[in-house]
Amino acid sequence: MSAVGISEQVPAQEIDLPQLEKSLRHPRTLFSSFMSLMTGVVTFTAVVPLASVLILLAINGGKRLDLALFTDLPPAAKMIGGGIGNALVGTIVIVFIATLISVPIGILAAVFLAELGPETRTAAIVRGATKVLSGLPSILAGVFAFTAVVLLTGTLSAPAGGIALAVLMLPTIVLTSEEAIRMVPHRMKEAAIGIGATRTQMVCYVVLPTAFPGILTGVMLAIARAAGETAPLIFAAGFWDYWPRHLIQPTPSMAYLIYDFSGSPYKNQIEIAWACSLVLVVMVLILNLGSQVILRRYFKTMK
Amino acid sequence: MEPQATIARPPTSGEILRDRLFRGTALGFAWFVILLVVLIVWQIGFTAAPTVQEHGAKLLFSDKWDGKDNFGILPEIVGTLYSSILGVAIGAFFGITVAIFLTQDFLPPTLEVFIKNVVELLAAIPSVVYGLWGIFVLIPAIHPACDWLHDHLGWVPFFNTRLSSLGLLPAALVLAIMVMPTITAISRDSIASVPPKLREASFGLGATLWETILAVVLPTASRGIWGSIILAFGRALGETMALAMLAGSASEIHWSVFAPANTLAALLASKFPEASRPELGALMYAALVLLAITLLVNVIGALITQRALVKGVR
Repeated sequence: MSAVGISEQVPAQEIDLPQLEKSLRHPRTLFSSFMSLMTGVVTFTAVVPLASVLILLAINGGKRLDLALFTDLPPAAKMIGGGIGNALVGTIVIVFIATLISVPIGILAAVFLAELGPETRTAAIVRGATKVLSGLPSILAGVFAFTAVVLLTGTLSAPAGGIALAVLMLPTIVLTSEEAIRMVPHRMKEAAIGIGATRTQMVCYVVLPTAFPGILTGVMLAIARAAGETAPLIFAAGFWDYWPRHLIQPTPSMAYLIYDFSGSPYKNQIEIAWACSLVLVVMVLILNLGSQVILRRYFKTMK
Repeated sequence: MEPQATIARPPTSGEILRDRLFRGTALGFAWFVILLVVLIVWQIGFTAAPTVQEHGAKLLFSDKWDGKDNFGILPEIVGTLYSSILGVAIGAFFGITVAIFLTQDFLPPTLEVFIKNVVELLAAIPSVVYGLWGIFVLIPAIHPACDWLHDHLGWVPFFNTRLSSLGLLPAALVLAIMVMPTITAISRDSIASVPPKLREASFGLGATLWETILAVVLPTASRGIWGSIILAFGRALGETMALAMLAGSASEIHWSVFAPANTLAALLASKFPEASRPELGALMYAALVLLAITLLVNVIGALITQRALVKGVR
């Protein structure tokens, strides 16, 4: 109504006052407000899956969350009860082996990239190689471990799984450690050199202790990612229905158990798959949130 | 003044030796990273070589897989590309929208950080858990909508089959959820690095918020956004579990998004546990093809992001 009134008072060709007004009646502002609203709706929709996953994990997985889940073997078809004991042990063993391999290599390569030869051609190639590794599909890390280890030893095994996961953990550890080492203030390094320390002493006594929280964050994130990886373990570690007796044999893992039981026609196995997912997600989220807490404290002390 | 004289001294020969050793080890491990990449390509290529010699490029264009003589992987190649394009398209729509929502002052900063962290958590959940969720939650949830689309728009090639239970669409949706955090994070950074003066100049000319976003902010940040999409595409190509669990493992080529499909990675995961000699060779062939495709996409992505950094506005 008022828009009509204004256009009667002022001829449109002289000055178009309504054009200067911000009013929902104009197609332009209407479009803008509509888009802003839609953006909010879309963002809300994007968060729904996470909420849905977490809630259903709590409901479906919570049903079977008891002591037996952690101590019993997975149930065979038509059996009742059972747990994920051997898969939990298997996942811990495989991830431990992967950490043992990838952490020293990753940190020392990062020391080279950040301290010893940051501008060299080797460093440029190493950075490129790290990028390639971080884009490597996880299943190809499994295929690599299969061709390099399983075909030689003749059996799927925990070390083969560990090597596959180490390949996937390595780029994360190298990139985060390099960043953490670069954040160590120059004056600290110069002070160490200034009192006559060798580069090695500087790195070991000054740089690495100072960068430790940042490096730890990267290692925790890499472990969190590795613990949930399934595809490489199909090729490298396989599965085993009983307690693993030694390292060089097919080794069960939580991720593989979820995959295997998700297609099961038996209600009991599906319930175990949900419970196993809940345990796995809680482990992964604790590692993720823990790494963020460490990082936040670290940033505070650096300031 | 004796103590001062002993504090400063040249490094002993032991310390120099240790310094050399440590530096050598660090350099060695740095080289090891390069060696590892070469080793991975070599190992996969070497194991696939007998099959490549026997069949040549023929397998790339054949759609027959019987586990004995015929190992055509054309449906898997098409399925890999189709599911990734679909998943990344959906993921990019949501990811870029969230990135805009988090950078254009719609929300107070604390809430922005909260939503950013929530989206990052989406990436932390293992893909096998998404697969389980997809089977028992997502598929029943989207089933009515898919049936409606088929009943009313069945003449459109994309909807011309009925969703049985597993199919391309649920797999692509889970793929979208999994790549969205990557797209959001990188797009958010590149949108946030658009100089504020550009936005302010646009507002000063009388543009509305969305005219500014569409005509000024997004074009300026476009290289970073494209980089994030290609990076996400590379991830989607190699994603295994969600597709092995949800896509339906069917060696067929369909236009319909409701039809079951298969991808290279899912083929590897589902066929490997029971594979015998000739089939194993074919799987290695598929692994080699997957490696080639992902390497290519990653190199293109790296080139684009590098140019974005060089030409980026500062």
